[in-house]
Amino acid sequence: MILDGKCPTGPIEKTWDKHRFDLKLVNPANKRKYTVIMVGTGLAGGAAAASLGELGYNVMAFCYQDSPRRAHSIAAQGGINAAKNYPNDGDSIYRLFYDTIKGGDFRAREADVWRLAQVSNNIIDQCVAQGVPFARDYAGYLDNRSFGGAQVSRTFYARGQTGQQLLLGAYSALSRQIKAGTVKMYNRREMLDLVVVDGVAKGITCRNLITGEIESYAADAVCLATGGYVNVFYLSTNAMGCSVTANWKAYKKGAFFANPCYTQIHPTCIPQAGDYQSKLTLMSESLRNDGRCWVPKKKEDLGKHPSEIAEEDRDYYLERKYPSFGNLAPRDIASRAAKEQCDDGRGVGPGGRGVYLDFAAAIKRVGENTIKERYGNLFEMYEKITDENAYKRPMRMYPAPHYSMGGLWVDYNLMSNIPGLFVLGEANFSVHGANRLGASALMQGLADGYFVIPYTIGGYLASIKPGTVTTANPEFKKSVEDVNGYANKLLSINGKKTVAEFMRELGGLMWENCGMARSKESLETNLKKIPALREEFWKNVKVTGTGAEFNQDLENAGRTADFLEFGELLCRDAHHREESCGGHFRVEHQYDDGEAKRDDANFCYVGAWEYKGDSKEPELHKEPLQFENVHLAVRSYK
Amino acid sequence: MQLLKSTVGRKILMAITGQLMVLFVIVHLLGNSTIFVGADWLNAYAKHLHDLGPFVWVFRLAMLTFFGVHVIFGTLLTLENSTANPQKYAVNNKLEATFSSENMIWTGLLMAAFVVYHLLHFTVRVTNPEISQGIDAVGRFNVYAMVTGSFQQGIIAFVYIGAMIALFLHLSHGVQSFFQTMGWNNACTRPVISTIGKVVAVILLVGYASIPLFIFTGILKG
Amino acid sequence: MSDHKTMTLTLIVWRQKGPNAPGKFETYTAKGITEHHSFLEMLDVVNEDLIKSGKEPIVFDHDCREGICGMCSQVINGVPHGGQERTTVCQLHMRKFKDGDTIYIEPWRAKAFPIHKDLVVDRSAYDTIIQAGGYTSCHTGGVPDGNAVLIPKPDADYAMDAAECIGCGACAAACPNSSAMLFTSAKVAQLAALPQGKAEAAERVKNMLETMQECGFGNCSNHYECQAACPKGVNVKFIAKLNREYLKSLAS
Repeated sequence: MILDGKCPTGPIEKTWDKHRFDLKLVNPANKRKYTVIMVGTGLAGGAAAASLGELGYNVMAFCYQDSPRRAHSIAAQGGINAAKNYPNDGDSIYRLFYDTIKGGDFRAREADVWRLAQVSNNIIDQCVAQGVPFARDYAGYLDNRSFGGAQVSRTFYARGQTGQQLLLGAYSALSRQIKAGTVKMYNRREMLDLVVVDGVAKGITCRNLITGEIESYAADAVCLATGGYVNVFYLSTNAMGCSVTANWKAYKKGAFFANPCYTQIHPTCIPQAGDYQSKLTLMSESLRNDGRCWVPKKKEDLGKHPSEIAEEDRDYYLERKYPSFGNLAPRDIASRAAKEQCDDGRGVGPGGRGVYLDFAAAIKRVGENTIKERYGNLFEMYEKITDENAYKRPMRMYPAPHYSMGGLWVDYNLMSNIPGLFVLGEANFSVHGANRLGASALMQGLADGYFVIPYTIGGYLASIKPGTVTTANPEFKKSVEDVNGYANKLLSINGKKTVAEFMRELGGLMWENCGMARSKESLETNLKKIPALREEFWKNVKVTGTGAEFNQDLENAGRTADFLEFGELLCRDAHHREESCGGHFRVEHQYDDGEAKRDDANFCYVGAWEYKGDSKEPELHKEPLQFENVHLAVRSYK
Repeated sequence: MQLLKSTVGRKILMAITGQLMVLFVIVHLLGNSTIFVGADWLNAYAKHLHDLGPFVWVFRLAMLTFFGVHVIFGTLLTLENSTANPQKYAVNNKLEATFSSENMIWTGLLMAAFVVYHLLHFTVRVTNPEISQGIDAVGRFNVYAMVTGSFQQGIIAFVYIGAMIALFLHLSHGVQSFFQTMGWNNACTRPVISTIGKVVAVILLVGYASIPLFIFTGILKG
Repeated sequence: MSDHKTMTLTLIVWRQKGPNAPGKFETYTAKGITEHHSFLEMLDVVNEDLIKSGKEPIVFDHDCREGICGMCSQVINGVPHGGQERTTVCQLHMRKFKDGDTIYIEPWRAKAFPIHKDLVVDRSAYDTIIQAGGYTSCHTGGVPDGNAVLIPKPDADYAMDAAECIGCGACAAACPNSSAMLFTSAKVAQLAALPQGKAEAAERVKNMLETMQECGFGNCSNHYECQAACPKGVNVKFIAKLNREYLKSLAS
């Protein structure tokens, strides 16, 4: 099937304004008759729930954490982009649009990206009004900095905790609506099924994580703002609870999963220290503004203390390979370059999986105090984890899975192919193409939540009658039975291996064979090994306790079971995409100098997968991408 | 009234009444110090106070009010706090709280009991009538003889010194706490104010305790 | 790994089936722990052993494991988050302990934080406090340009210092009175320092304080234990600021 993104046509500058005007409106007095379910309360979900509640809709919001303030958006450090052009350095909506399309390696929809760039400015204003303490200069104006992959300073930030501050802003707006009674908050609930009635999304089935009770909720529209899936690699920068589960359940109810192979590997994370490790910690990309990446030129220098390695024996590989962007090269490029050095046997630290990020030159140039002011909290965090002082000795860094550009397929209105199912933020696939630029995730989450969904969901709701389905509908009952049956099945296996052991094994396969570099062979290995691992899981996993209680082991088992299915789809997508683009690097498709080689003639489309049954192969649908404003070109940062 | 219901409102009442009593305690110490100059001075000072007539009663009523408010709210807040914290940790390891901050209610109640005794002893003069009814050479109450006579008895001196230690503990937290509660504090002033509070508490301890101590040890003769 | 020395530790952990079930301490041994394990990774090891031997693992809250989400909440040897300066449990590493140590692990204890299970408590009271006024009542859209109102850098920095709070609950857990004053004051101070938050400052401080009391938290008596336990270094100067804001609100 050829998918239609339903993008507005005409001059790109007018698309969003025209579309907003074309959307049908819900009468203010009727809004309270419509109920909307919001799953996930991070930047996208929190902002959307607050905005929809304020408009007058009845909102039910769900999160698996104990409070909406804890969503993993909180961990974003660096900043949020906007085309304000406050520094007068040549930025514009058009440039942000252009950079995002190019940064995404020409695999995103133009209209969606334009809209994102256009509303980026409103986001900053909104957050300032909420009391988000963005960095200011001495005159009291908002401060900006440049961020990986951009040649203008368009990033707004709040120390090294921008994500936290933006999330707390959305959380405060959400809290205001909870108090006002327009939003009802359901904490510690995990969505375990999407309820579709006559082909239309009408509700969800959740597990109350405290009591274990399986609960049904019906609504006129369901929004998923459930984040990304890179925990499929087991070790990632995501929170422990981040999973593909909500998206996967929707996929199995018919929602298309688009571009799952577009995963971002962030270049600057603290390297893994041992097998017991549960997660990887990201160090903000902003560090590359002052830090220089290098590895020893000679393998015999590997055992030496970095300060003993002479300047001429160091290979500042990013500066060498990308003279114009240097250490600020985009994430996918910087990550791959780090991997190349380590594969060449010149990686530092445990297992040779690390490169140095050196601040000595910057400290000499601006002084230790300035560096402390800029990155103090990051240096502190680095020391807590590694017990090393980065003022004295270069940091060790290694890439780690960080963000998923892929996600459920949505049209321009953020609605999936299932009517009534909307997908927001990282959970959808829409704007980052094959690679996301730094400081763009926060922008997308808040754009979707504050300034897109409040309009587009109205267009949908205006076309349906409110409250036509309740939880009394047999589909809800069936869904509860399915969810209960699934949990009982997990609990009854009583095998020998723990859930974590399976997850580590899956993560190992994904990282090894479908990580920063993928090949036909490695992917085919995974396409054999993952189903085998899944089969073993369903025979030999051990899950303790019962379903009718607070049971974290059961929660993890469910998430792992979904990852074991999803991992295969990710590899399948990577296998079918016979090109290299952005975060998806196929070793067969590269230029002589090792750069990614796109195949626009055959792969300039969104690949969306449709579930056809557990034992059947999923079906691929394509949405061709047209580039009318930014012309397809080789993405070069040299 | 909001001030009486609000958690901060009641704290402010505690802080203000407490601080007014601290001021009284300081002035009281200055008056008492006349004992080191001589019997004549102390007796003259006592007579002077008594001669103020109705003002004495106005003052006493005011003090009673401060005292009452401070004790009632102090008790109430403590009871509420222990309701809010019903189960203690198995391992108790405090980083910043001190013995004095954690025992305000006990040092406070000890002092309340002491104030009652002190009034019965030196103001109403019923606990030791044999030494508290004397008249000096010029016909004034012989306060000097009463004080020295009392503190030559070990048990009385011990009670007074003990009470002053309670006062010291109470104020070494209480004085700086006043500034914090009134909001007259920030990260820079807090250590300074905390030190000043402790210095005031030490001065009061040394000043007050020196009287029974000097008398009991015979340095100050009856 | 740089070295292969491992530690064996004795853990004395609070186990409690549910909110109304009686709880008790259980003793476990953590073996094969290196100095690079984080505290939670050490518990992961213990839990995997428990699962393998068919016992129920220790239930504890955790999520981001990078010290920012505020989910982790354990009192270690009597101190919330374990007592390393500006560090959450998830960022506490085992190099702070030595072989043979005995470690007590307890949940947050306060009436306003009832226990769900083992080390997991219900912190929804903190959400309730924020819902009472921890926001500016701005609408989505229709707000002025971000630079329309200038905010002096010291004010922005002061607000940011207060906004560091991660809402983990350590302040109330550490407080001998189980008072949530540091948490409440951080939000009051952040918004009172910014022009956007000034309009509602008086109502905010009154409502948030009232709600804090209704939630069952105790009264602040200036022990400053909260500041010592706060993993984000939120300063008690914000409590002084809240007290000022309260006094101002009386006048308004």
